[in-house]
Amino acid sequence: MADATYQPGQHPDLPPPPSTTGVVGWVRNNLLSSPLNIFLTVVSGLLVYFVATSVYEWGFANADFSGASRQDCTSGGACWALINVRFGQFIYGFYPEAQRWRVNLAFVGLVVALWPLLFDNVPARKQLLWYAGAYPIIAFVLLLGGFGLESVETAKFGGFLLTMVIGVTGIAVSLPLGIVLALGRRSDMLFIRTICIGFIEFIRGVPLITLLFVASTLLSFFLPPGTTFNLLLRVLIMVTLFSSAYLAEVVRGGLQAIPVGQREAAESLGLGYWRTMYLIILPQALKISIPGIVNSFIGLFKDTTLVAIIGLLDPLGIGRAALADTKWQGLSSEVYVFVAVLFFIFSFGMSRYSLYLEKKLEVGHAS
Amino acid sequence: MSEAHVTETPDGAPSNDVLIQIIGMHKWYGSFHVLKDINLTVRRGERIVVCGPSGSGKSTMIRCINRLEEHQRGKVIVEGIELSNDLKKIDEVRREVGMVFQQFNLFPHLTVLENCTLGPIWVRKLPKVEAEEIAMRYLERVKIPEQAAKYPGQLSGGQQQRVAIARSLCMSPNVMLFDEPTSALDPEMIKEVLDVMIGLAEDGMTMLVVSHEMGFARRVADRVIFMDEGEIIEQNEPHAFFENPQSDRTKLFLSQILNH
Repeated sequence: MADATYQPGQHPDLPPPPSTTGVVGWVRNNLLSSPLNIFLTVVSGLLVYFVATSVYEWGFANADFSGASRQDCTSGGACWALINVRFGQFIYGFYPEAQRWRVNLAFVGLVVALWPLLFDNVPARKQLLWYAGAYPIIAFVLLLGGFGLESVETAKFGGFLLTMVIGVTGIAVSLPLGIVLALGRRSDMLFIRTICIGFIEFIRGVPLITLLFVASTLLSFFLPPGTTFNLLLRVLIMVTLFSSAYLAEVVRGGLQAIPVGQREAAESLGLGYWRTMYLIILPQALKISIPGIVNSFIGLFKDTTLVAIIGLLDPLGIGRAALADTKWQGLSSEVYVFVAVLFFIFSFGMSRYSLYLEKKLEVGHAS
Repeated sequence: MSEAHVTETPDGAPSNDVLIQIIGMHKWYGSFHVLKDINLTVRRGERIVVCGPSGSGKSTMIRCINRLEEHQRGKVIVEGIELSNDLKKIDEVRREVGMVFQQFNLFPHLTVLENCTLGPIWVRKLPKVEAEEIAMRYLERVKIPEQAAKYPGQLSGGQQQRVAIARSLCMSPNVMLFDEPTSALDPEMIKEVLDVMIGLAEDGMTMLVVSHEMGFARRVADRVIFMDEGEIIEQNEPHAFFENPQSDRTKLFLSQILNH
C-alpha cells in the first residue's frame, strides 16, 4: 500500500498503525518484541505458574483450618489451625476479651478519620476533619478506658493492636516533627540549625533497637525512683523520634529541590517566612518527597516488630509464644506467613496510596 | 545632567515625590565587591531602564530594593522606610514593591488565578471574592483571562511572564521592578510581554527595568542607566544616552549590543 503524498502544509493527522495499539499491540510490544523477550516471557510464565500452584496447594488445597493441636493437621499442607486458635491474641494481644469491641470501634474510627485526610471528595469533609483532629483523644479513651469505660493497662496491649498503636502514632507525630526538623536544619539561625543537625545525626547514627533498649531500661535510672513512666509511652517516643529524624532528611531533600526563585517570588509578595513555607515551599517539597516519606512510613510500620525484643508482644512476639506451645511443636512457617501477610496488606496499601497521591498532585509539567 | 537626579535630596529626607532612594550603597559577596557606591533616586512615575554587561551588578542592585539581597553599607529607602534587618519593615516594603523575575517564578502547584490571589488574600487580607475580582481584572489587562483556571506548567513562557506581571499588580504596588523579564523568552514571545510593560508605563506606573531591550528603553524610559563592574557609569535620558554616550565603556557596550 503506497502512502499518499500531500502538498507542503497539507499533511493531515493520521491514526497510528494498528499493530502498535490495542491489546494486540501491547502484547507484541511488551511481551514478544524480540527473541530474548519471548524467551523471558515463557520462562517467567512457567515460574509464576509453579510458584502459584505450589502456594495454592500448601496454603489452601492441602491445608487444615481447624483443630486443637498439631495432631489435627493431617492433610500435609499448612496448619492454619494454630492461627485460628490464637487469632484473638494475634489481633488484640491480651486485651480483655469482653472489651475487644472497643479496639474494633477504635479501628473503625481510625478508618473514618483517615478517610477525609487521605481523599478530597468526601461528603461533609470539613466536619470529618474536625473529627479526625479529635480522633487521638477518642482512641485514647477507647483503648485505655475512662468516662465509664473499664480501664485497661497498656501492658495488655499486644498483637496487631500494638503494631497499629505504635505505627499510627509514630507516623502521625513524626511527620510534623520531621518537617520542623528539616526547616530547622536549613534555618539561617545558627543555634536552631546546630540543634537540628545534632539531633538528626545522633538519632540516625544509632540503631532503633538500642533506642528501644534505652527506653526500656536506661531511662529508669535517670528518672527519680518511684516514677512510673509507661513502657509503651517510652517506646512510642523513641519510635517517633527515630522516624522523625529520617523524615527530616527526606523532607530536606524535597526542600532542596525547590528552586530558590520560588522563595524569592513568595517573599517579594510580602509573605513572610512562615507563610512562604506553608503556602509555597512545603506543598511543593512534600509532593516531591512523597515516595521517600511513604518509604519511611512503611519502614517505621515494619520496625514496630522490633519491640518484640524488649518484651512487648507484637504479632511476632505473639507468634513466638504460640510456637513455643508444646501442642503445636514443629510449626513455624504458618505463623510467619500469617504475620507477613498482615504487614503486607497495610504496607502495600500505603504504597498504592502514595502512587495515587502522586498522580493526583501532578499538574502540567513543572517549569 | 546625569548628576541632577542624584543630588536632588542630598540629606536623605524623602520628599513625597521620591519613591526610592539609594545612598552610597555597597555590597560584597564574600570578598568580592559587587556594588560600589551606588546612588540612585527614583521619583514617582519615573521609568528607568538599567543595562550593562552580565555580572555588572544590575540585578543585584534592584534586588537590594526589596531586600532579596542585603547591602552592607549605605542606605536604601523605599517609600520613606529604610531597609534594615527589621523583618517587619522588609515585609512592609515588599508589599509596596512588585517584582518580576527572569524565570517567572510562578507557583507551579497553584492555578493562574490562585497565583494572583495569593498575595491579596494572605498579605492584604482581602476576602477571596474580592481578590478574585482584582485578579481577573489584571489578567484581562495582561490579556489572558481565559487561562485563569490553568496551571503555570500548561502555559507558554510569554503567557507565564504576563501572569507573573499580573500577580505583582494584584498587590497594587507603587513601583514595579523587572529583572530581565524577557531574557528567558523565545523571540516571538518577547513582544507580548513588552507590550504589557509599555501599557503599564503609559498608565504611569513607576518602573525599574533591568533589560537589554533597547527599543523598549528608547520608547518608554525617562532615564537609562549603564552599569559596569558594580558601578553606575552613566545615566541619561534615552535619546542622549544612545546618540551621545559619554564614557568609553558605554560606547563599547552599546556598539556590542546594537551592531550584530
